[in-house]
Amino acid sequence: MNALGVIGGVLQFVLVVAGSPFLVGVMRQVRARLEGRAGAGIGQPWRDLRKLLRKESITPRGTSEVFRIAPLVLVATTVVVAIVAPFVTTASAVDSVADLFAVVALLALGTVALALAGLDTGTAFGGMGASREMTIIALVEPTLLVSIFALSVRVGSTNLGAIVTSTLQDPARVISPVSLLAAVALVVVIIAETGRLPVDNPSTHLELTMVHEAMILEYAGRDLGLVEWASAMRLTAFLGLLANLFVPWGIATAATPVALLAGVAAFVIKVVLLGVLLSAGEVFLAKLRLFRVPELLAGSFLLSLLAVTASFFLAQPH
Amino acid sequence: MSHDLYVQLLDLACGVLLLTAVLVLWRRELAVIIRVFALQGLALAALVAVLAAHEGSIELGAVAVGILVLRAGVLPALLRRALAAAGEERRETRPLVNVASSLLAAAVLTLLGYAVSQPLVALAPSPATQAVAVGMTVVLIGFFVLVTRRRALSQLVGFLLMDNGITAVGFLTTSGVGLVVELGVSLDVLLAVLVLQILTTRMRATFGDTDLDELRELHD
Repeated sequence: MNALGVIGGVLQFVLVVAGSPFLVGVMRQVRARLEGRAGAGIGQPWRDLRKLLRKESITPRGTSEVFRIAPLVLVATTVVVAIVAPFVTTASAVDSVADLFAVVALLALGTVALALAGLDTGTAFGGMGASREMTIIALVEPTLLVSIFALSVRVGSTNLGAIVTSTLQDPARVISPVSLLAAVALVVVIIAETGRLPVDNPSTHLELTMVHEAMILEYAGRDLGLVEWASAMRLTAFLGLLANLFVPWGIATAATPVALLAGVAAFVIKVVLLGVLLSAGEVFLAKLRLFRVPELLAGSFLLSLLAVTASFFLAQPH
Repeated sequence: MSHDLYVQLLDLACGVLLLTAVLVLWRRELAVIIRVFALQGLALAALVAVLAAHEGSIELGAVAVGILVLRAGVLPALLRRALAAAGEERRETRPLVNVASSLLAAAVLTLLGYAVSQPLVALAPSPATQAVAVGMTVVLIGFFVLVTRRRALSQLVGFLLMDNGITAVGFLTTSGVGLVVELGVSLDVLLAVLVLQILTTRMRATFGDTDLDELRELHD
């Protein structure tokens, strides 16, 4: 644990926790403008959250502790990822948790907690949402692991900070086939995991199609606010990981004020840019049929596997 | 050309080769498959051009131009004409193995391709021979497309995919088998495609369909 890591951890915590609702607001606003609507403004998710957090949370009769703990687990795991992952600085506050396997496991833990809560309500929608989410995550987790693992092969370490640092030192690595294949695979699974189009539509409550919304249908008040907030933070964390694994420039490597400021600015710009691209792309997409989703995810798994085999077998430039 | 740049361009061309093979397996629309196949021809030509630039061989450069014209220009154009003649059936609707499973099968085929090419690499380790595994995988995926698809046109693409893979392996291992041999092989492929195109048109004229499973039974 060093000074850079601690300062970075605090900065990342503030940025992700306070900034993620604004990211969602920007994405909704871009979508609204492209569809010819005025939009609610980028502060709307924060206003919604303030309203929800002031209300009491009501739990349905017959639900157990699993239902009550799930939002807290989801928020806690996401906050830990937001603090340790290399977003603003390459150093990490808790270096051993900034490991590829630990970060992916933490993110998966949140998803599993939410799916269990969906099952716990005992309603048809909760169970349906949980079963769909499990179908998706069964293909998403291996792809996430394998595609980031492909990047770690050349570095010789699964520490995310080390991967980012080595890409900074050797920029030519970004256009190698390994990075390109891993990037495509990662984009697909991030879209699936954060529940965006074409896998899940975040703005509908249509029973035939919803996945994420079906699991959280029974939440109200404070708990619903926490779940929504955690989803926004997860989206920010995933986009931040994608940006810094493949385009790490601007990230702070020294604990000077200028470097840290540049790191914060670079992180904000990269994540907002990715968010705008994602929501602009969504305007042109229709939701995939649920039976086609495993096809898409199997394809991305294959791409990540190709990335790993290429990183092992193709000759490396020295 | 510096060694680093050579290795990087070679790897990039091989990456595109592999990616296009996977996309052929992934997509259903025949028009998209043909476009992807043209892109693969481009990647193959780029691969040969990189090898030619590395060895400073004019003959190999001429072969690269020939490959570009044949595999990124003439063959896709012929396939497109066959597709236009086929009328309504523009999608591979019912492959024998569904798309998700065939993608996972492609993952296994990739590992198999790497496994069987290891003895070849061990003979003379160099950046070019290490990429042989990619060509081997393209051959295997092409064969898989050939045996699991029903439409005559997508089987034809599978056959051409195999041929692309064989060509890639040939150039990567031996840096070219001579202009005359390459010319002969290319003409052979062109002839095969022309014959198969005519065959497809005749099939459609006779049966109103190019589903090859229909050929199992005798018709009046």
